[in-house]
Amino acid sequence: MHIPSHLKYTKSHEWIRLEIDGTVTIGISQHAQELLGDMVFVEYPKIGRKLKQGEECAVVESVKAAADVYAPMTGEVTEVNSELESEPEKINQDPYAAWLFKLKPADLNELNELLDAAAYQRIIESEIH
Amino acid sequence: MPFIPHTEANIAEMLTSIGAKTIEDLFDEIPSALKSNGLQRVLPSLNEMDISRLMLERAETDGRYLNFIGAGAYEHHIPAAVWQITTRGEFYSSYTPYQAEASQGTLQLLYEYQTMMASLTGMDVSNASMYDGASALAEAVLMAVRSHKTSRKVLIPSTTHPIYRRVVNAIVKNQNIEIVEIPYHPELGCIMTENLSPYLGQDIAALVIPQPNFFGVLEEVDTLTDWAHHNGALAIGVVNPMTLAMLTPPGEWGSNGADIAVGEGQPLGIPLSSGGPYFGFMACKQTLVRQMPGRIIGRTTDVDGKPGFVLTLQAREQHIRRSKATSNICTNQGLMVTAATIYMALLGPEGLKRVATQSHINVLELVTKMEALDGVKKAFSGPYFHEAVLKLPTSTDNILKTLRTQGILAGLDLKEYYPELGNAVLVCATETKTANDLKKYIECLKRALKN
Repeated sequence: MHIPSHLKYTKSHEWIRLEIDGTVTIGISQHAQELLGDMVFVEYPKIGRKLKQGEECAVVESVKAAADVYAPMTGEVTEVNSELESEPEKINQDPYAAWLFKLKPADLNELNELLDAAAYQRIIESEIH
Repeated sequence: MPFIPHTEANIAEMLTSIGAKTIEDLFDEIPSALKSNGLQRVLPSLNEMDISRLMLERAETDGRYLNFIGAGAYEHHIPAAVWQITTRGEFYSSYTPYQAEASQGTLQLLYEYQTMMASLTGMDVSNASMYDGASALAEAVLMAVRSHKTSRKVLIPSTTHPIYRRVVNAIVKNQNIEIVEIPYHPELGCIMTENLSPYLGQDIAALVIPQPNFFGVLEEVDTLTDWAHHNGALAIGVVNPMTLAMLTPPGEWGSNGADIAVGEGQPLGIPLSSGGPYFGFMACKQTLVRQMPGRIIGRTTDVDGKPGFVLTLQAREQHIRRSKATSNICTNQGLMVTAATIYMALLGPEGLKRVATQSHINVLELVTKMEALDGVKKAFSGPYFHEAVLKLPTSTDNILKTLRTQGILAGLDLKEYYPELGNAVLVCATETKTANDLKKYIECLKRALKN
């Protein structure tokens, strides 16, 4: 299972990357895209929307299911990856490149509450077994 | 596959295997206070001869009236072939009608229904039908709120069918959605932009636009649709599918067309029946398809490259998405839609247009003749389709009752729904009414008014 060590994760299978400018980029993990299967549609949060940690804010829809994406941190949506509108399959091809949206976090300390790669690995293993 | 009821032995075997004594035991967690003790006034059983006789006697009490009431359900001629074909076993009692391996015929028919409805409404995509017109409007309101994201306020003109408004309220009131009723212009009988001006600049999810409206009057749909879009709201058209053979379809209203079109499908080959079954329809723009509830049939190719039909866009439906599904209360009306599809196929666009035109002509003539009677006048000056509101010089109760004893259902008394209109009745004359029928109506009304 590919779980890059420089990213943070959530139990609900989002990955989070802190950028130099202090924003965070969010996508779904390799494990999540494998569970969902072929992606057909992505529904983004509106740019400028203020999200609370744990709030439902996006939907990724595959041929099998539509799954909610939760805000991993409190903050304001600054950008969405509109490339996925026409090519949602990029999430399947490279889930760590195919980001969904960016947030400007209200409190960067929340980043410390998120899972590191090893902790996320353990969660996936416990789900599988 | 036939329907095979359980035998007593089957039931006993199943109960033994799960360790229950009687079927009643399976429901023992329901407190006895909540259980009904059977239907006291309904006999446990009647044999076929007795039940046929009972139902025939009951049917006779309905009488055979000359019907001039529309108000949401319309008497149109239904070619005999419609129900002859619809009640073929392949349609009428098909098993697993949505299973692609077993039911290509049903799926193809539903696909053709969707194509016809999309074409009639001028929208990109239609679902495979809904429960009825009123609940289809409620679903459209929910759909608009889901896709709008910031607003939960929906404007509904008071010219929308009063029962539809009641149903919408019942379905959405506990979902934190605000329904605002828009008053109508008292002389024109439709919504004017001045009635909407208090809401200009507010965050609104949708504006409902009935066409024709409950009074039969034509709304200024282009202006209203553009008003909605200018305010960032979706435009929901509530339309009578029969009238679309003549009127501009919702998909072409205003500069960009309405976003969602819903309505009651009954005029398309479904007989009048108290309590239905009827069917609702819903069509929308492509951009909203993922918010549209209900079943949608798609055309695809199988592994051998042959065309086939399957349920599609199911990822947001209740069997997958559970409580987060686009809807957990919607259904479709497969058999009614089968009849409607056959009806539309038999009539074709020209046939539908002739039905719509003749209905329009008949009501124009009826209204002209009614207005020639002393004290009878149209309530509104706006253009109307195949229904109109007329004010009578005396109490509507007596007049309607008198005409009823003469075998005529002379119109719907609007007192309950629009008391401000006074002695007003909503009348309708579809293509089923002959010149003699109109003459009889006028003569009886004239006599009743004199007494």
